[in-house]
Order: sequence, then structure tokens, then C-alpha cells
Amino acid sequence: MTRAGWIRLGVVVLCIAALEIACRLRWIDPVAVIPPSRMAAGAWSLLASGEYTRDILLTLENVAMAFGIALALGFAGGVLLHRMPRLRRAADPLLASYYAVPTFIFYPLFIVLFGLNRWPLVAIGVTFAVVAMALNTLNGFERVPAALHQTARVMGLSPLQETFLVTLPACAPYIFTGAKLAVVYAFIAVIAGEFVLAGSGFGFKIAFAYNNFDNPTMYGLMALLLLVVGFVNWGLTAWERRLHERSAGR
Amino acid sequence: MTANVLSASPSAAWRAHMDTALLVAALVGAWQLLHFAVGGDALPSPLAASRRLVHLLADPDFAANAAETARAFGYALLISWIGGLGLGVLLGAHRLTGDVFEPMLVTLYAIPKITLYPVILLLFGLGISAKIAFGALHGIIPVVLFTMTAVRNIHPVHLKSARALHLTPAATALHVILPATLPEVFSGFRIGFALTLLGTLIGEMFASQRGIGYLLVHAMQNNEPEIIVALALLLVAFATIASSLLLALDRRLRHAA
Amino acid sequence: MAPPGLPRPVAEPGTAVTGGPGQCAVRLAGVTRIYPGAGLHPPVQALGPLDLELRQGEFFAVVGPSGCGKSTLLDVLAGLSRPTSGTVEFEGRPVTDRVPEGVGVVFQEDASFHWLTVRDNAAFGLRRQGVPEREIAERVDHAIAFMGLKAFATAYPAQLSGGMRQRLCIARTLVLRPRLLLLDEPFGALDQQTRLLMGDEVLRLWRETGATVLLITHALDEAAMLADRVGVMSARPGRFIDVVTTGWPRERDSTIVARPEFGQVTARLWSNLRAESMKAMSTTA
Repeated sequence: MTRAGWIRLGVVVLCIAALEIACRLRWIDPVAVIPPSRMAAGAWSLLASGEYTRDILLTLENVAMAFGIALALGFAGGVLLHRMPRLRRAADPLLASYYAVPTFIFYPLFIVLFGLNRWPLVAIGVTFAVVAMALNTLNGFERVPAALHQTARVMGLSPLQETFLVTLPACAPYIFTGAKLAVVYAFIAVIAGEFVLAGSGFGFKIAFAYNNFDNPTMYGLMALLLLVVGFVNWGLTAWERRLHERSAGR
Repeated sequence: MTANVLSASPSAAWRAHMDTALLVAALVGAWQLLHFAVGGDALPSPLAASRRLVHLLADPDFAANAAETARAFGYALLISWIGGLGLGVLLGAHRLTGDVFEPMLVTLYAIPKITLYPVILLLFGLGISAKIAFGALHGIIPVVLFTMTAVRNIHPVHLKSARALHLTPAATALHVILPATLPEVFSGFRIGFALTLLGTLIGEMFASQRGIGYLLVHAMQNNEPEIIVALALLLVAFATIASSLLLALDRRLRHAA
Repeated sequence: MAPPGLPRPVAEPGTAVTGGPGQCAVRLAGVTRIYPGAGLHPPVQALGPLDLELRQGEFFAVVGPSGCGKSTLLDVLAGLSRPTSGTVEFEGRPVTDRVPEGVGVVFQEDASFHWLTVRDNAAFGLRRQGVPEREIAERVDHAIAFMGLKAFATAYPAQLSGGMRQRLCIARTLVLRPRLLLLDEPFGALDQQTRLLMGDEVLRLWRETGATVLLITHALDEAAMLADRVGVMSARPGRFIDVVTTGWPRERDSTIVARPEFGQVTARLWSNLRAESMKAMSTTA
């Protein structure tokens, strides 16, 4: 590990220790924050009890579904924009301000449209994730050097062969970046949706525990969720870095 | 050489604008068709939503809620921009500190921050300060990351030139470091603006008695899709116009680079 | 006397410099520069010990194998870094860690400010000194016309070629009327033809301003063509192993590359430098 890595680990450990001490000595209101050791104990006991397994799996399922749909739609959208330069130029100003719009305001509308079930959550997840996927796909296709296409032509590849043997492998790192963002955004949107209004799920249970002043459950669930998402993000980022390093200089 | 590019561009730019207008018209048309398909109870027509929006804008109760959101958003934005700038300069100027904290910020950027909102509510209470804190938490991260990168990427030869041109440290900061980093920092401000707005609204939707986010959730609970769509229309228009202005400024700052 | 309107640093009234040929502009005595070691890396002696005297109005070039400390020499001379030992003097006054008034530096990398137009880039130093706008306009106009940038006064550096950007950096330094001009491989990134033409520009500038010029370069032909004297540096730690006097007339341009003496000068430089370059290659490879 690098020097910065060790220091980072030290900072994290120190922060947790400081929080533990501050809570134990009641420098922080115990109604607001509980010591990290009790958060960990809370997380462990709710995993062990199995009481929340269904909600956790449901959330992961919704995220996976939103991610899958966003991946397919976003990829298709990216290819379409790449193939139709005129559409692309027309859509440019809209795409540029897409993430400036707080898309989450459509969640209430989705509930009215689909009813209070999993579909508004999946829909808001897709809405959040799909454009990041499309933009990165487009970026990937645009970055394939002209020399690669010329090489494919010189070697007499058919258009289909060129797509699968040259273009897609060449833009894979960028498409992966889009997919990574799609996972992250799907998580953010689905969890936020569950917080605001839902009948079940990880986020809903945290909001429920908050409303019932059940701090050990709330902090336990929170710690679990952040660990899961942090771990997924860390793994994807490490993988992404390796992909981009391999194609370095492009 | 520049003259050729310029003489060719106006008509092309005009065509692109027309195409964008056509695309927006097509989207409104799709909305209308969807309205016919699912019925007015679920999705009001563009016309009905626009009418409702005009009514809302004249409503003093709505004005009070909008002012509440604007206030929270304004303070949060101020904290995001100024705080982000300060932290970013700090992390950019000191390499090791930047290396230590950058991955933490990137992780914080990627996690669903709504999860942390109950903690903020417990610490700040149910008032406007919790909303401000939550909005700033969203917006500050991109400002820090962009500023940090900008400060790190200052060309060393520019700093050397400043010394060769006999500049004092203050003059170097004002006339070399600031203009060299401005475009990148401004991009951070632009993204920070968008995320602060998102954070403020999500905060209002989860737990609040006032504000546009609260109105949205309230309309959802009372099954009033017309209000939801009217509010969405307003926010989309606001965000798009603000973002286009910031983007135009951003491009002007970058054109020289 | 330079024609009116051109920058005339030495002839500037009111300055303390009484400059005439033969007078000493720069004196380096026993200068060394040692980079302190860090962790597993031992300290590195980059330079010296080194002695050098530049006459007022002289054009001096420094050639040496890559990594021999040429740029370190320039940094020390400019006051951009302190020598580890020894003394540096400019016009009889010691140079410490500030760039002395009257010294201009042009760097190897493109140092133009990309957020300013050509005109504002050239005016940058004068504005910071609080020179009146009218005088700035006058001096900047002359400098950018002199460097052939008049048509691009309102362009941004991004719209210019590499050679034009480097000319802009020279103009930015020129308006300050330096009495000592330090050039750190300013044409290193340019193609050969452009370099020859830029060489002509620098010669013209040197003649008409009367400034003392020190040019760092790795190109033997450039040094041989431009300089009155060429100092040949050894592999690290850099010191002078030979100083070659070219004997060119003050009125000269790039056509001297066709003269037989040019070949002799270049040959002497290379015979000195060949062994040093091989040493440098084997230590860096």
C-alpha cells in the first residue's frame, strides 16, 4: 500500500475512534449518534436475525433490474447517437443539462403512474442511470482512432467483424465506465426512492427505523448499506482502472 | 484561417438550434401521446400542466414554499462553492493531503447520501439548516474535486514565468494561479450547482413541512398528478436554463484554453 | 544606435548601466548545485564547480549532453534557484533567490498564458509594474510587430503555432527591455526550418537591443551559428570543458551555415562533446 493509503487508513481509524470516545463521553447527544461499536453490533444482530434479509435482497434486485435496463437502453442510445450525427447535435444541449435537472422529482409521478410497487423504483433508477451509460458509450465510440478503422478495412473485415473484433474491444474501457456509473446511479436513485416513499426495501427500513427512534437498527442498516455500496464501487473502480491502464495512451 | 470557420458556422449553428427545437417538440408530442394512452388521471396533458403551472405561480402559498426552497438552495450553494473552493485549494496545494483524501471524496460522491440524511436531521433538527447541510453535502464534493485537479494541474512553467516576470506572491495568485485554474473551478461550480439543487429537493421530499420538495410529496399523497407535473415542468425549465447559462459561461472561459 | 521605436535596453537613459563592450555583465565563481538526497536516493551533484564571465552585449551559447545541468545553470543564473556553493553576480551585484531587475527568461516549454490574448500576454509584465497604459501600448505594439505577431494581436495562444507561441514568449520578455536575456532551449520543440528562422530573429533582436544573451541548447549547429562564444559542458556534474570562439561578425544570419568555418566550429564542438554524450547515454540508459 502507498504512503497515502496508510495515512488514509489511519485517518479513518482515528475518526472512528474519536467518534466512539465522543459518544461514550456524551460529548455528542446519544439520541442523535450512537458509538460505532454499537452500530457494528446492530448491523451484526440484524444480519444474524435474518429479519431484514428479504428487504436487502429486494433492494439489490431492484438495483440490478434498473441497472440491466439502463445498460441495454443506454448502450442502444449511445450507438444511435453515434450513428446519427444530426440527432446527436440536436440532442447535445439537452444531454448537457440532463444531470442539472433533479430527475428525482419524477419519482412521485412514477408512483402515480405505476402504483406503489417496485416499478416506480426501477423506473427512477433507469432514469438516473441511462443517460450516463449513453454518454459514455458515445464517448467510447468517438474515441476509437481512425487508424483502427482503416486497419480493419485494410485487413478486409466485414462491418460485423469490424464491430466485434475492433470497435467494441477498442471502446470497452469507456463502456465499462458508463456501466460503473449506471450501477452507482441506480443505487442512489433506488435507495432515495425507498426513503421517500415505499413499502419495503433497505432504504425504507432505514427511514422506518428513523421514524421509530430505533437508533441501533437505523445505524446498523446504514453501516451495512454504506459498506455494500462502498465495496461495490471500490471493486468496479479498481477494475475500471485496470481496463484503462491496459489501453493507456489511447 | 479562423475566418473560414466563422463564415461556415452560423448556418450550421442555426440548423442545430432548429433541430434541437424540433427534438423538444417531438418530446412534447410524445408526452401528449402518452397522455392519450394512459389517461388524464395518471398523466395530465402538456397543456393542462402548463395551465396548472400558471395558476401555481400566482398562488401566494406556492410563492412561500418556493422562497423556502430558494433560501435553502442559496445558502447550500454558497457553502458548496466557497467551502469547496477553499478545501480544493488546500488539497491541491499539498500533494500528500490530496492523495489521502481524494479517494474518500470519490467514495462519498458514489454512495447514496440520502442514507446519511437521518443523521443530519438528528444533528440539525427538522428546520432549514438540515436542508442546507444536505444540499451542501451533495454540492461540495464536485467543487472540491475539480478545484483540487485545477490547482494540481497548474503548469510549473507558468509559476516559473511569474518569478521571471518579478511578480510578488500575491500578484502571482491573482494574475497567474486564479486565471489558470478558473475554467476548471467553474466547471466544478456548475456541477456543484446541479447537485446542490438535487440534494436540497431530496431533503425536502424526505422530511419537511415546507418547500417545493414537500409540495411534490404532498401532491403525490393526495393523488394530484397535475401539480406534480406542473412542478416538474417548472424545475426542469429552471435547471435547464440555469445549466445552459452556466455552460455557456464555462465554454467562454475555456475557449482560450 | 537602434532605429527609433525598437526596444533599446542598454541605451535607456537614467539606468545605472554604462555598458560598453568588454565590460563584465555576469560573473559565476565556483558555482555548484547539489540536489539533496531523499529516502533511498543519494544526493546528486548536478553542476560545477563552474566559473563563467559574460561580457556586456555578448552572445554566449552553452551546449552539453542531456542531463548535464544546462537548465540548472540557467536557473541559478536567473535567481530561480540558489547555488549550493559559489557566487553569482549580475552587473556587479550578487544574485540570490530572486530574479534581478534587468534579467529576462524564455523557457523551453510553452509558457504563454492561455487565458490572455497575444497583446495581453505581451503586456503582462509591464502591467504588473504599473507602467502607464499608453506607454504599454506603444512598447507592446513594437514588440509584437518585431516578432512578426502583429496580425495575431487579438488571437489567443491556442490559435497560434508552436513557433509563434515561442515568439510570443520572447516578445513578453522583450518588452521589459532586459539587459540580460536567458534562453533555455527556446526552440527545442520546433522543427529544423523554423529553428533556423527563429535563430535569425534572435540574432536581429540581440543586435538591435544590445542585450547580453545566454542561450542553452542541445543543438550544436544552433550554438555554432548564433553565438560569439560556445561553452561546452561535460556530462554530470556539468562543467565547462572547452570554450570555442566562433569569430562571426556582429552582422550575421543563418546563411553562415554554408561557410566552411561553420563546419570547423561544429566539428570542434562535436569532437569535445562526443565522449561526454556517450558517458551521459550510458548512465541514463
